[in-house]
Amino acid sequence: MTGLGGQEGDGAVLSRRAAYWSGLRSAPSTAAFVLICSFLGFGALAHESGVALWPALFMSAFIWALPGQVVLASEIASGAAVWSAAAAVTLTAVRLMPLTVVLMPILRGERTGKAHQVLLAHFCAVTVWVESMRRLPKMPRAERVPYYWGFCTFLITTNLAATFVGHALAARLGVVLSSGLLFLTPIYFLLSMMAASPSRTDRLALAFGFAIGPVVYLYLPGFELILSGLIGGTAAYVLGRVLPVADRGDGR
Amino acid sequence: MTVETIGWLAFLLVAGVLATDIWRVAGVFAALRVSEDSEVFKFVRAVATALVAALIARLVFFSPGVLAQAPVLLRAGAFAAGFIVFLGARRSIAAGILAGEAVLLAGLAVLGS
Repeated sequence: MTGLGGQEGDGAVLSRRAAYWSGLRSAPSTAAFVLICSFLGFGALAHESGVALWPALFMSAFIWALPGQVVLASEIASGAAVWSAAAAVTLTAVRLMPLTVVLMPILRGERTGKAHQVLLAHFCAVTVWVESMRRLPKMPRAERVPYYWGFCTFLITTNLAATFVGHALAARLGVVLSSGLLFLTPIYFLLSMMAASPSRTDRLALAFGFAIGPVVYLYLPGFELILSGLIGGTAAYVLGRVLPVADRGDGR
Repeated sequence: MTVETIGWLAFLLVAGVLATDIWRVAGVFAALRVSEDSEVFKFVRAVATALVAALIARLVFFSPGVLAQAPVLLRAGAFAAGFIVFLGARRSIAAGILAGEAVLLAGLAVLGS
C-alpha cells in the first residue's frame, strides 16, 4: 500500500483536514487486515470466555492492546480477583511504554500539548507503532498528527466492528470456523512479535516464555503468565547480556 | 445501570484501562528525557515478551472454547506450520497466518468427516 499522497516535495504541506483524510484513505493494508482478523478472533475468544458483548467492545476501545485484552478475558474466565487481573494485564502493557517513548518524538508537533499527547498515546499499540514508524518519518511534521488520527480512526472503527462480529458469530459459526478464529490470536501474536521485535534478547524471551508457560500452568494455574514472564524474561535478559554478540546490524 | 453493570465497569476500568494506559502515559512523559536503550527498559521488555510468549503457548496447548476440541497435535502442528511458512516467506505475517489456518481447518475437516 502506498497512498502517501502529498509527502513528496518540500513546499506542499497538506492542510490538517487533507492530512487526516490521507491517513484515513491509506489505512487499509495487510497490517490492518491482519489486525481486523485478530479482533474477530478476540471477539470470539471473549464470547468463549464468558465476556458479554459490551465489555468486549469496551476493552477494544479503551484498552486497545490485544495481548492485554486476551489476558483480561482469560482472567475473567478463571474468576480472578481484580488485583490479580490488573497485575497480569499491566505486565503485558509494560511493553507499550518503550513503544510510546520512541513514537512520541516522531509523532508530536512543536505545539502538541501534553493532554493531546496522552490521547495520541492511547492508540499506540504494536500494529499502529510499526505502521507509524514506517510512514510518519517521510512526512512533513505538521501532517503527522492529523494523518495519525485518520489512520487510527480507520483502525478503531473497523476493529470495534470486528469485535462485534467475532463476538456475535462465535456462537453460530460452528466448531470448525470458530476454531479457526480462536487460532488467529496466538499465531498472530507470535508472527507480529517475530516481525516487530527482532533483537536476540526478544527472541530468547519468546522461546523461554513459550517453553516455561505450559509447565508453570500445570503447577500454578493463574500465576503462570507473571511467573513465566519474570523467569523467562530474566533468563533472556541475562543471557542477552552475557552471551557474546553473534549478529550485528539490525539483529537478523 | 444495574449493580452488576457498575461492578463490571469498575473491574474493566481498573484491571483493563488503568493497567494499560498507565504505561502509555508514563511513556509520554518519559519520552521527554529517557532513552529506549536504558537497561531497565530492556529488562522489562524481556519480561513482557516472555509473558506474551507464555500466553501464546497457553492458547495453543490449553486452548479456550471450541478450539480445545481439536487434538493438541493438530493445534501444535498448525502453529508450527504457520511459523515455518512465515520464516520461509520473507517474514510475511499474512502468509504465516494463512498457512497455519489452512493446516488447522484441513485437519478439522479430515477428522470431522
